[in-house]
Amino acid sequence: VVEGLALLDLGVSPYSGAIFHETPLIIYLFHFLIEYAELVFMITDVLTAVALYLAIQDFNKVVFKKQKLLIELDKYAPDVAELIQTPMEMHYIPLKVALFYLLNPYSVMSCVAKSTCAINNSVIAFFILATIKGSAFLSAVFLALATYQSLYPLTLFAPALLYLLQRQFIPIKLKSKSFWLYTMQYASLYLCSLIVIICLSFFLLNSWDFIPAVYGFILSVPDLTPNIGLFWYFFAEMFEHFSLFFVCVFQINVFFYTIPLAIKLKEHPVFFMFVQMAIISIFKSYPTVGDVALYMAFLPVWSHLYRFLRNIFILSCVLIFCSFLFPVLWHLWIYAGSANSNFYYAITLTFNIGQILLISDYFYAFLRREYYLTHGLHLTRQDGTEAMLVLK
Amino acid sequence: GGSGAGRERRDELREELLLSPLPTGDVAATFQFRTRWDADLQRGAVSHYRLFPKALGRLVAALGVRELHLALTQGFWRTRFWGQPPLQAPAGAELWVWFQPTVTDVDKAWKELSNILSGIFCASLNFIDSTNTVIPTASFKPLGLANGTDHHLLRYAVLPREVVCTENLTPWKKLLPCGSKAGLAVLLKAERLFHSSYHSQAVHIRPVCRDASCMAVSWELRQTLAVVFDVFSSGQGKKDWSLFKMFSRTLTDACPLASQSKVYVDISPKNKEKELLEVTPPPTSVHEAVVQGDKKTYAVYDLLSPSLFNTSRSLNVQLKWKRPQDSSEMPIPVLHAQRYVGGYGLQTGEICTLIYNTHPYRAFPVILLETVPWYLRLYVHTLTIITKGKENKPSYIHYQPAQDRRRPHLLEMLIQLPANSVTKITIQFERALLKWTEYPPDPNHGFYVGSSVLSALVPSVIAMKDVDVEQSPLFTSLFPSSDGSSYFVRLYTEPLLVNLPTPDFSMPYNVICLTCTVVAVCYGSFYNLLTRTFHVEEPSRGGLAKRLANVIRKLRGVPLL
Repeated sequence: VVEGLALLDLGVSPYSGAIFHETPLIIYLFHFLIEYAELVFMITDVLTAVALYLAIQDFNKVVFKKQKLLIELDKYAPDVAELIQTPMEMHYIPLKVALFYLLNPYSVMSCVAKSTCAINNSVIAFFILATIKGSAFLSAVFLALATYQSLYPLTLFAPALLYLLQRQFIPIKLKSKSFWLYTMQYASLYLCSLIVIICLSFFLLNSWDFIPAVYGFILSVPDLTPNIGLFWYFFAEMFEHFSLFFVCVFQINVFFYTIPLAIKLKEHPVFFMFVQMAIISIFKSYPTVGDVALYMAFLPVWSHLYRFLRNIFILSCVLIFCSFLFPVLWHLWIYAGSANSNFYYAITLTFNIGQILLISDYFYAFLRREYYLTHGLHLTRQDGTEAMLVLK
Repeated sequence: GGSGAGRERRDELREELLLSPLPTGDVAATFQFRTRWDADLQRGAVSHYRLFPKALGRLVAALGVRELHLALTQGFWRTRFWGQPPLQAPAGAELWVWFQPTVTDVDKAWKELSNILSGIFCASLNFIDSTNTVIPTASFKPLGLANGTDHHLLRYAVLPREVVCTENLTPWKKLLPCGSKAGLAVLLKAERLFHSSYHSQAVHIRPVCRDASCMAVSWELRQTLAVVFDVFSSGQGKKDWSLFKMFSRTLTDACPLASQSKVYVDISPKNKEKELLEVTPPPTSVHEAVVQGDKKTYAVYDLLSPSLFNTSRSLNVQLKWKRPQDSSEMPIPVLHAQRYVGGYGLQTGEICTLIYNTHPYRAFPVILLETVPWYLRLYVHTLTIITKGKENKPSYIHYQPAQDRRRPHLLEMLIQLPANSVTKITIQFERALLKWTEYPPDPNHGFYVGSSVLSALVPSVIAMKDVDVEQSPLFTSLFPSSDGSSYFVRLYTEPLLVNLPTPDFSMPYNVICLTCTVVAVCYGSFYNLLTRTFHVEEPSRGGLAKRLANVIRKLRGVPLL
């Protein structure tokens, strides 16, 4: 960003080079705030934590209400008392979420490095807050801002829509007219705000240069600087012939899970949002640890799933070890010269596998708990012996 | 004369060799062959080429070239120890061209030109493309006649990795009217020329005024070759030089096609009292001139004068030092520069340029042109210019950032150098990771960054008269001088060698497999969770494998499955 401002001062368009890839609104924001940069990033982090706190507080109330309704309607099996969430255990969850975000070493590192990821996180946190509070307009505006910053929050449109529909008690049936009406409303709010923001950016710098520089850059991955993601080494070692094909495959991979997840998790849109955010931060073209910090902040919300997690110990060990090994192997490759890029790449692979398995573990635990809630905790087979549950 | 001869086009050739002993005891020999042709290559359909080489003439006419300067150099001119060079060139290959305003697609013409020159000179100039071509705005103003300077007609490219060898010398010699058979060109033997510290051969084509009234345009082709012979490698440690010792040949006659053929030896006294150098045989005349701000005396051997070859059939100019060299007498040039890379590790670095102005009381501005390849990402907000401990703001900055794989960085600045000062210019960069196919065959050798160019009008101590191009020696009329109080100097800094982080080149298939495996792990887990539902497990009767295992267990006496 500093480089972009310096280029602007020299009278050259910041997008004429290949270094600056942030949006014009960020340039203008920092034009005024560049001297207080540390303060700005600290305040952003605090705002994110506060937004998450308020959002989860509201969400807990919604969950509790829904639980009460389902118990009264006798949807739950009789012996699942220990699976039901009580207000006592849910009381400290918002505080835990806020602390998870603030004290996460990843968010601390992002703040110290003054990465604009903190601003992305803040916008997404406000979007979640607006969605959970039920305000469609604000939710659409924040989602448009988040999409404008980095393209991938577009996939969060589906969980937000599902949540708002649930909140308005509109059933999700493809034939229902009110469903389509509401969807159209929300979609048009979102698209209009996106168009307004893009046109505003055009008028700020008087050119459309920012579109290929920001979005073209995210989609075509030209810069291969090593990061914690999978893309950089893949495209560094790619045969030139196939690079377009694989770029398309990798980008589609991020957007591709939205529809199936929407179909499976239509009753649980907030969990859907969590899984979608995790998929974005693992598979986006230039991931940073700040993105990881954001979805990890939500883990306390699903702490009641702990008993169903299968590999949590190994996965947390993997993630912690990888976090320690990242800087070590980076130093060995770049500064000491005694290691090779393969070492750093291996840690990238392990870290990403750890994250993927973590998410799928939570997903498994969530689905299993839902099954137990409706079918009872102590399952017996036809002959009365204890049963095992398998995924078929 | 040719005034009344209708369409007869006059051309003339002048050849000249300048031998200048350098302060460190080395000798610099600069050959210049100048062909001037009174024809309008652009307009008339010229078919009869005499002295002007046809290959270059047709090139100029076909591609609409106004000025062409190509230099192939090996080694580096050490300005600090050797003094100001008459014409310096950066290490590697350098090509800069001004096109005529009639050319519509300059980039296409540039590409064609570099390919044709690559064929003519057997050099890999075809590697010149948009990733190493820049369009300077302030440096490289035209050296010949110019009608207006729209800098979009200028292209400049440097290939620092280019190596010069005999294969490049041979076609260069072929362009000379006498070839290497007569005149000064007989001295150009490759085995001696490349056994030197510095070897630079260049071709300069430019339009000049036909006469003082400048009513018509002539085309001038200068071929220059500068060589520096080292005391220790070529001189065997002794500081006495002779033509035979340097070139293993002597001069026997002048080129019959030349109108002038001279050898100049710089015998300027260092201390105004005694002479430093003794030359044998005695020169035909002595010439005095003010060159680059210094009064210099030259011993002249005119190869066309009949008295020269009276006593012996060949001319072997010998230089003997009269008194030993005193190292404290080494004059320091007014402007010299140095450049190096700072920092450690393969992630970031810093390019530092030091410019020295050793003039005791005059300050003058200098234009610095830096071309940095795109894979060293410059951060212009880290650019600092410090002179005498204080920040020095340039009065003109033109910065064009690089685009990945398309365009290099271009930084041009006009910096004022105060008298007797050192200016330090630093800029930080980050090293990019390239795709594995973009690395050269030896990736750990490093990547070259071309020399930066410093152009300045250096104030001279002694007033200089305007030179008449036809009458004065060739080495004084290289650069047009605007007024008598300063002379134009173009200096080049060292090229840099920078290492980039490398991926492992043996791993493309492995990387693709491993990364796709990780993506497949995600896809697989999510597919399972999304498409399958939980069921209570039905006890299976036991497949074949289970029954077989039970049989073996019964035999072993172990409980059954």
